[in-house]
Amino acid sequence: MSDLKVKNKLGESTFVSIAKSLTSNRLTFSVIILLIVVIQNIITTPGFFNITIANGLISGYIPNILDEASELVIVTLGMTLVTAASGGQDISAGAIMAVAASFCGLMLNGTEYRTDVFHSPYIVAIIVGLLGGALCGAFNGFLVSKLKMPPMLTSLILFTAGRSIAKQITHGQTIYIMNPVYKWLGVQIPGVPIRTTIIVSTLTVIIITLLTRLTSVGLYIQSVGINDASSRLVGLNSSVIKLLTFVLYGVLAGLAGLVGSSSIGSVNSGELGLGIEMDAILAVALGGNNLGGGKFSIAGSIIGAYTIQAITTTLYAMNVRADQLNVFKALIIIVIIVANSDVFKAKIKRFTQTIFSKNVSVGG
Amino acid sequence: MNDGKTTKLMLKAKKRKSLNNAEALLLITVSLFTIIYIISAIVFSDSNFAKYSVFFNLLNNKAYLLMLALGLTVVLIAGSIDISVGGVTGLVSMVIATMLLNNDISAIWTIPTALSIGLIFGAVQGYLVAYMEIQPFIVTLSGMYFARGMISVINAKSVPITNEMFMGWSGAKLYIPFLYNMRKNGTLDVAYLTPASIVALIVLIIIITLLKKTKFGRSLYAIGGSPQSAHLMGVNVRQTKFKAHLLCGMLAGIGGFLYTLFAPSGNPGNGYGYEIDAISSSVIGGVMLSGGVGLPIGTFFGVLINSIIERVVPLLGIVDASWPRIITSGFLFVFIVLQSIFSNVSRKGSLKPTKKLK
Repeated sequence: MSDLKVKNKLGESTFVSIAKSLTSNRLTFSVIILLIVVIQNIITTPGFFNITIANGLISGYIPNILDEASELVIVTLGMTLVTAASGGQDISAGAIMAVAASFCGLMLNGTEYRTDVFHSPYIVAIIVGLLGGALCGAFNGFLVSKLKMPPMLTSLILFTAGRSIAKQITHGQTIYIMNPVYKWLGVQIPGVPIRTTIIVSTLTVIIITLLTRLTSVGLYIQSVGINDASSRLVGLNSSVIKLLTFVLYGVLAGLAGLVGSSSIGSVNSGELGLGIEMDAILAVALGGNNLGGGKFSIAGSIIGAYTIQAITTTLYAMNVRADQLNVFKALIIIVIIVANSDVFKAKIKRFTQTIFSKNVSVGG
Repeated sequence: MNDGKTTKLMLKAKKRKSLNNAEALLLITVSLFTIIYIISAIVFSDSNFAKYSVFFNLLNNKAYLLMLALGLTVVLIAGSIDISVGGVTGLVSMVIATMLLNNDISAIWTIPTALSIGLIFGAVQGYLVAYMEIQPFIVTLSGMYFARGMISVINAKSVPITNEMFMGWSGAKLYIPFLYNMRKNGTLDVAYLTPASIVALIVLIIIITLLKKTKFGRSLYAIGGSPQSAHLMGVNVRQTKFKAHLLCGMLAGIGGFLYTLFAPSGNPGNGYGYEIDAISSSVIGGVMLSGGVGLPIGTFFGVLINSIIERVVPLLGIVDASWPRIITSGFLFVFIVLQSIFSNVSRKGSLKPTKKLK
C-alpha cells in the first residue's frame, strides 16, 4: 500500500531521492507533527509518561489523550471511507452525533428530562441510537449516490438542521440520564481498569480494518473513488457502495455520539460533538489521504486523529479557548492541503530542479 | 471564419437550453412564493399579510440575506461554492461593534472595514480555489471556521452598538408614498424600506446587469456550464473563478454590514448557519448546483420565500426558533431533487461527462 517503491530510477543524488521519498510518503507530515507535539509536551509537562491507577482506572496524560480522542477516531474512520468513495467530505458528523444521542436519550428517559430509571433496556436504546445515525447517513448517501450531489452540500442540510431536529427529539431541552449504568459506555464498566471509550474506539478500528482488508469492500471503495464510471463498467454497483459508506459513516458518528453523551451523562443537542467534522477532515488530510477520493489509509487517519487530539489538548493547556482553536485548525488544514496539492507540488518540483539542476541527470 | 461560426452556434444553443431550464426553475420559484403568500394571507387573515408594510418588511428583514445569496448565486453559477459567508457576516458584525466601542471613530469607517474584510476572504479563498485548484468546499469550510474562530478571538462576549450615527442608519425608514393601509385605531400604516433594503435592491440591479450584459457575467455561465469548452473558447477560466470568489466575498462583506444595521450588536453567535440560508435561497431561486444555470432575480424570490417561512412558522403555533431552519433545509432538499430531475431530463441517455478542468 505504500508509495515508497520508486527510488533512484532517475539516477538522482541521494539527497534528492531521500527528500522525494519523504515528500511522497504522505504519512511523514503527520508523524512529524505528532513528534513535535509530543516533544513539546515532554518538555512542558514533567509527568507526561506517568501512568497511575486511580479509582480502579488507569489514568495519566497519555490515557487521557487516548480517551478524549476516541470520539474523533470513530468519526474519522467513517470520514476516511466517505472521502475515499465519494471524493468529498460529509460535514454532518456533529449533528448526527446529536441526533443519535437524542434518540438514545429519548428511549432511556421517556418524556422525563432528569431521571435515573431506564424506560427501556440500555441495549435497545443503543441500537435505536445507532439506527438514527444510520438513517441520517442514508439520507446523505441517497442524495450523493442517487442524485449525484456533492457530499459536502448534501451534508450541509443535516449540518444546520440536524441539531434542530435533535432538539425537537428531546423536546427542546437538555436531558440528564442519572442511572449509573448509562456511564458504562462512556466512562467505565465496573471492574475494568481501562476506560470504555478506549476499548470502544480500539474495537471499532479493528472491525473497520478487518472489513476493509479481509473483504473486498475496501477495494471496491477505492475503485469507486478513483473512477466511478469505469468501476461501474467492470460491474460494481457504485451507487450502492457509496450509499454503504455513508450509512457506515452515520452508524459510526452515531456511536461517537452515544459515547460522547454517555461520558457526560446527559444529552445536550447544541454542544455534543460541536466542530468534530472539522477535526475529522483535518485528521483524514493529515493522515495522507487524498481529499479528492481514491486510495485511503486507515492507519494514517488514526495517526492523524490522535495528532489532532494531542494538538487540541496542548492548546487547551496553553489556555486557548475551544472556539478560538478553530483559527489554528483552519490554518493548519489549508497548509496541509496546499502542500499536498498538485499545483504546489509541481511548483516545488520546478524549484528544486532549478536548484539541483547539476545533480539531476534526467530532467523530469 | 468557420471556427467562429461554430463557436457562435454552440454559444447560441447552450444559451437557449440553459435559459429554458433557468426560466422553468424561476417560474416554479415565483409561483411557490405567490402561493405561500396567498395561502398565508387567507389562513392568517388577522396577521396583516394583505398589508403593504408586511410585504415590504419581508425584504427589510432579509436584506443582508439577499447579499449573501447573490454572492452564492455568482459562485454557484461559476461552478464553485462558498460556505464561509455566514462566518464572514458574523465576523464583520463583531468587528464593527468592537470598532464602535471607541467613540472617536466615525461610523463611516465601518463601511470600508466591512468591505475589506469581505474582499480579503474572497481574495484568499479565490486564489486557493482558482489558482491552487483546491476543492472550494474545503477552502471555504476552513474560511468559515477561521472566521468563526476570529470572532471569539476578537471578543467572546456580546457587544452592543451605541454609536449615534450608526444607530441613525439602522433605524432610518424611507416611507413609500401611496402604499398604506388604515390601522384599526385610524392611524396610517405606511410601507417603508430601510436603507439596508435600498442598498440590497441597488446591488441586486447591479448584479443582474453584470451577469446579463457584461463579458464577465457571460464567462461565469460559460465556465460553470463546462470549464473545458469555456477554456477552448478563450475564456480565462481561472481568472473568472477568482473574480467570482472575490465578488462573493465582497457581497458577504456588504451582507455583514447590512446585518449589523438590522441587528446592531456584535454577538459570537451572529451569522450562524447563514450559509445554508444563502445556499437554499439561491437554490430555491433556480440556481443549479451543478453550475452554469441561474438568475439573480430568482435568488431574490428565494430570499423572499426564506423570509416568509420565518414569518409564517411562528403563526402556526411553533415557538421554537429552530423550526424555520428545519423547514428551509427541507425546501432545499426538495429543490435539489427537482434539479436532479431537471438535469436528468435534459441529458438523458448520456454517460454524464462532467469532469472538472485540471
